[in-house]
Amino acid sequence: MNNSPYIRKPASIQTVMLKVLLALLPGVAAYVWFFGVGVLINLVLASLAALLGEALMLKARGRPVGIFLADLSAVVTAWLVVLTFPPIAPWWLTVSATLFAIVVVKQLYGGLGQNPFNPAMAGYAIMIVAFPALMSQWPHGGLGLAAQLDLIAGGLRDLDAITGATPLDALRTGLRESATPTTVQQVIAGSPAFGLVGGKGWEWIAAGYLLGGLWLWQQRIITWHLPLAFLAGIAIVSGALWAIDPGAFASPLLHLVAGGTMLGAFFIVTDPVSGPTTPRGKLYFAAGAALITVVIRAFGAYPDGIAFAVLLMNICAPLLDMKNQPPVFGHKDD
Amino acid sequence: MGKPFDFHGGVKPQTNKAQSTREAIAVASLPSQMVVPLHQSIGGTPHPLVQAGERVLKGQRIGAADGNVSAAVHAPTSGTVIAVEPRVMAHTSGLAMLSVVIEPDGEDAWLPLSPSNYHSLQGDEIRDLLRDAGVVGLGGAVFPSHLKLKAGKDKRMTLVLNGAECEPYITCDDMLMRERAQDILRGGQIMRHMLGADTVLIGIEDNKPEAAAAMRAAVAALGEDMQVVVVPTRYPAGGAKQLIRSLTGIEVPHGKRSTDYGVQCFNVGTAYAIHETINLGRPLISRIVTVSGNVERPRNYEVLFGTPMSHLLRLAGAKPDTDRTVMGGPMMGYLMPKPDVPVVKATNCVIAGSRALFPPPPPEMPCIRCTACVDVCPADLQPHEMYWFARAKNFGKTQEYHVFDCIECGCCAYVCPSHIPLVDYYRFAKTEIWARERNKDAADQARERFEFRTLREQREKEEKAAKLAVKAAAGRQTAEKRVVPPAPPPAAPADARPAAVAAARAEGALAVTADAAPGAAPSPDPKKALIEAAIERARQQREAIAPKNTENLTAAQKAEIVEIEARRAKIRERARTHDEDARQ
Amino acid sequence: MLSALLVMALGAVILGAALGWASMRFKVEGDPLVDKIDAILPQTQCGQCGHPGCRPYATAIAKGEAEINQCPPGGEEGIRKLADLLGREFKPLNAENGVEKPKSVALIDEATCIGCTLCIQACPVDAIVGAAKQMHTVVAPLCTGCELCLPPCPVNCITMEPVGETVETWKWKYPVVEIKAAA
Repeated sequence: MNNSPYIRKPASIQTVMLKVLLALLPGVAAYVWFFGVGVLINLVLASLAALLGEALMLKARGRPVGIFLADLSAVVTAWLVVLTFPPIAPWWLTVSATLFAIVVVKQLYGGLGQNPFNPAMAGYAIMIVAFPALMSQWPHGGLGLAAQLDLIAGGLRDLDAITGATPLDALRTGLRESATPTTVQQVIAGSPAFGLVGGKGWEWIAAGYLLGGLWLWQQRIITWHLPLAFLAGIAIVSGALWAIDPGAFASPLLHLVAGGTMLGAFFIVTDPVSGPTTPRGKLYFAAGAALITVVIRAFGAYPDGIAFAVLLMNICAPLLDMKNQPPVFGHKDD
Repeated sequence: MGKPFDFHGGVKPQTNKAQSTREAIAVASLPSQMVVPLHQSIGGTPHPLVQAGERVLKGQRIGAADGNVSAAVHAPTSGTVIAVEPRVMAHTSGLAMLSVVIEPDGEDAWLPLSPSNYHSLQGDEIRDLLRDAGVVGLGGAVFPSHLKLKAGKDKRMTLVLNGAECEPYITCDDMLMRERAQDILRGGQIMRHMLGADTVLIGIEDNKPEAAAAMRAAVAALGEDMQVVVVPTRYPAGGAKQLIRSLTGIEVPHGKRSTDYGVQCFNVGTAYAIHETINLGRPLISRIVTVSGNVERPRNYEVLFGTPMSHLLRLAGAKPDTDRTVMGGPMMGYLMPKPDVPVVKATNCVIAGSRALFPPPPPEMPCIRCTACVDVCPADLQPHEMYWFARAKNFGKTQEYHVFDCIECGCCAYVCPSHIPLVDYYRFAKTEIWARERNKDAADQARERFEFRTLREQREKEEKAAKLAVKAAAGRQTAEKRVVPPAPPPAAPADARPAAVAAARAEGALAVTADAAPGAAPSPDPKKALIEAAIERARQQREAIAPKNTENLTAAQKAEIVEIEARRAKIRERARTHDEDARQ
Repeated sequence: MLSALLVMALGAVILGAALGWASMRFKVEGDPLVDKIDAILPQTQCGQCGHPGCRPYATAIAKGEAEINQCPPGGEEGIRKLADLLGREFKPLNAENGVEKPKSVALIDEATCIGCTLCIQACPVDAIVGAAKQMHTVVAPLCTGCELCLPPCPVNCITMEPVGETVETWKWKYPVVEIKAAA
């Protein structure tokens, strides 16, 4: 017979994860609208791979399979992997990244709740290091379903004809690799990747993630600390660089809507397991991640830096929590 | 007055209070046997004043307070004491404690009562009355009330009467306020008088409008300057610390007395008990108990302490699928080892539980650090961190994260999406830490006593050696007619003894010198003085241990002594030969 | 080449100075290891380990002259703590030293006691009071349960009574309910 409390709120990890998946849907819808249904295929494949990898590992570890598969945390990881990958990434790339995230980063560290690193971001990081080219090929808006399927199935890539670049990638290439000195404005004017504010369609995908994120906040799944500090950090750091030299650095607005900023702010830095839990720790964590992200975008070798930023900050999370314990009732003057 | 302050966190479970407020408080019938545990409050266990076979009257003191941090216990009805023996307590452990078992005679005959007028009594006299009437906090903490009723030294005091009653199912305070509001306030007048409080706030949750209205009417009727403050319904608004914060903004930390912060909080039931004790002269022998849960007729009863809970469950009609008895509410209540444990002063509610009412918790999942527990913790703790540490049995860290500030309200476990029994981990850590502290204190004491004993034995050995040396020297002196400096005391054996002990020994030796100085003739040689002092001490010691009861013995006694000595000699001889055998 | 050597040499000097300063700044007085070991030992002073008290045993362990599994009152938990502290391998209690028993205190049957004072002399913590030819009694809160008073008693009037659990000393159980894989 258990002890008090005898009554419980009907809450479970499953409902938490389900809400996270639901909150991703607006962003996914915008994604499909602008880049085609390829991403859906990858979502399905990665989800199946995640569940399979999780099931095998649970079996091997002698843990109950059904109850842990039903918590849906593996599916969330799979979706985050896919949504940070190009929608036309070959299937084996997403599947192996997902398997790496689930098997190595999550299960080998003890499974749900035990992983010190964000599994999805670890999967992203290892793939962008191993396959930098495949990780930066994005379809043109008009790429048809058949062509996308072919690419996902591993078809031959006629790069110029079918794939474009993300705005951040175009920017980096434009600034670094052109023979003559180029400004951000020139790159934007000369590339088809850019749209109204950030990149073609990207502002709508970002808006979708923002909408889902706000709903998660309203549902009390996440607190405001991490997303707000992350977005503010991105805006402030990129704004400072932009103020110094608008020709060499992109505007904060572009940084906010481009790449994985919104997805990161509401779905990646908010991973509870590998992140901090104290309010002040969360602020430092997200601000640090934002700083590293912008630095990598502006000066680093990769177009986007959220994965590396989050992984680096994961290392600091326990320390941030330890040093930022909020005052306890009655001990506020201590 | 509005609601100027608030406390962090809290949850809003289903209150389930309506069921037991439909009918007025009823008086529970007399059971056939009553078991009154002597230990019913924080502090010392009262010692029994009655023996088996004795007849007692209702209200007669059967257990006297053990020291000041304790409260007396009284016979709940008239009858015969059939036993004073350990009986299973209303405690989750299922352990037995010394109890007075009374068989009621059905007459329910009171002891002659002596009401008093608190205006004509000194504070200490009222406090003694309360202690001897067994008045303790009836909100559940059962802390002796007289210890809390002292005027603040330099702070203006605020008296908070706690009628918030936030825990689901429990309505005993609600019904008491509805039906006996004026008597509660009369108790409040006595408390205010003792505390010298100028502000009196009565905190009631907004789901009890009838109680708030009754209390307001009573305040008006008595013409007292007291304020009824309605607070929002949110568990645990009725926690003493949380209510004090809600009403005054003051946070009283764990382990500190709220008097030092200029505020004191009492349950409304306690106020009522104080009124009964002082104004009517009746000791605390009953309380209002909510009987609810899996029963046909949930209701509040006025119950005599010592009544078996099973008796109440029968009165309320417990349904057949009842599988447990819970004392208290569903958030903080305790599982009873069996249904017939007695109602005690801490029993505010008895809930019949069943699988349907309190389904077993879903399987415990790993913590995902979602901090839902942090969001609801009314003590601003980090429940998930304490859980990790308690689970790893890292009690030092658990304590560093303030596990003792946890009020075990259960909010964290209530919201946990991983269904972790968080409070169980904190309870485990707390009792484990207490046990370790007890063990450590015992070990420290043993170490100290052992070192002292070693030191003393060493000193005695040295004194003996010094005495022998002096004797030898004296012998030589008479023989050779010249002064020989006495041999230095033999060096301590070369075992590795701590420096502290050595230092203490040196100190001891010096003390001996100082003690002996007035008696002994002053000597120019410090060593000689030391030896003289040692001889003197040894002589005194010998005198001290000489048996004092060996004079004027009868022949028979002398014969017995001789016999015993002979037996001892034989045993010693046997032990010696045994040792030799063993050596061979 | 020369500058590299100079840099290395300078580095060595600076690091050496820092280490020297640290060793003086953080100098440790006495032998804290013995204290730490002694703090883990239960202080029953029973001598079952073969040493005349807990402190001598702690000293012997610190010197490497004694094993860590010779203390029956400390039990398995004590051995684990010692193993943790000293970085040694855990080993089960050496049966030659005795067996782990629940905590008990000595009780003198006062009707049988003849007042011989032998137990008083044997008690390592002075927990027995009495005088020659007068009845003795054990001060239970001071008794460590070492059993050293049992053998000297000529009339076998001392027994060891286990210390029962009370509501005050009762402990909540460790709540882990591990979910296991369905078979």
